[in-house]
Amino acid sequence: MHIPDGYLGPLTYGVMYAATVPFWAIASWRMNRTLKARQAPYLAIGAAFSFVIMMFNIPIFGGTTGHATGATLISILIGPWAGVIAVSVALIIQALLFGDGGVTAIGANCFNMAIAGVFVGYGVYRLVSMGSTVGSRRRLAAGGVAAYVSLNISALLTAIQLGVQPLIERSSSGQPLYAPFPLSVAIPAMAIEHLFLFGFVEAAVTALVIRYFQKNEPELLG
Amino acid sequence: MTTTKKLWIGIGILALLSPLGLIIPALFGAGGAWGEWGTDAIEKMVGFVPEGMKRLASSGKTPMPGYTVPGQGDGLVSGSLGYMFSAIIGIALAAAIMYLIAKLLVRKKNSH
Repeated sequence: MHIPDGYLGPLTYGVMYAATVPFWAIASWRMNRTLKARQAPYLAIGAAFSFVIMMFNIPIFGGTTGHATGATLISILIGPWAGVIAVSVALIIQALLFGDGGVTAIGANCFNMAIAGVFVGYGVYRLVSMGSTVGSRRRLAAGGVAAYVSLNISALLTAIQLGVQPLIERSSSGQPLYAPFPLSVAIPAMAIEHLFLFGFVEAAVTALVIRYFQKNEPELLG
Repeated sequence: MTTTKKLWIGIGILALLSPLGLIIPALFGAGGAWGEWGTDAIEKMVGFVPEGMKRLASSGKTPMPGYTVPGQGDGLVSGSLGYMFSAIIGIALAAAIMYLIAKLLVRKKNSH
């Protein structure tokens, strides 16, 4: 789901940067207002977790791979605004140091996985877990469902950004200038693998860690 | 043991297991993720490399491309070691940068 350099045209990656930067600004402002010094180590662990969980590539039919992002889990544990920054930090390191995701596509990748991933995950979690107690089964299920939905929304947004390229970025002779596959190819390809497998992986990782916190550190889920 | 210490042990275990993210796809003969192909693979798939992609893709020089250590050998063993080393570097950097950001953003009056 890490869009490389060369797949998005300047219009798309420019718009995605423009969409992402305000979220970083608001997140910084919110963290400045509410963050406590004792929370800093947990935020650091959140960023580290997001970085490493994305390295667990899982193969799927068709010869491709995918992975979880940890966005939902992190948003549940440290809150959505700190979560946006934590997942963004992981994605920016992946792009700049390891070439995983393009530098031009940092805006897009952070929007899809950090911003959309975190807010969809956190929103669904809050909705499904509403009124439940910290140790309840519903809280656990809420995490799993939220993670599944969140990853699939991130994948769908990625597919849309890739799939619109042949429509909006073409040479005078009509050849695609960037990602060459149309929406009718990109959306099913991305949607199927995330609906079938990677969404469940994200759900399992999220539920597993929530279960651990329910048993051992329930105050962190409060 | 403090909560953060326990969580760090968890992250450490993930770092040690991280080569699975390289080995398991290799066992199944899987390449990268959908839509993350190099220009060579794109050329094989559609018959040409789109002009803009050719121009932008070449700018993607990074210090440890694809979670490898500079000068690492071929094969799954070297690959796994490089991958694990990359995981450790990435984890340390992500944690340090996030910690720094958090420390910079915390207001003095919120420090308790």
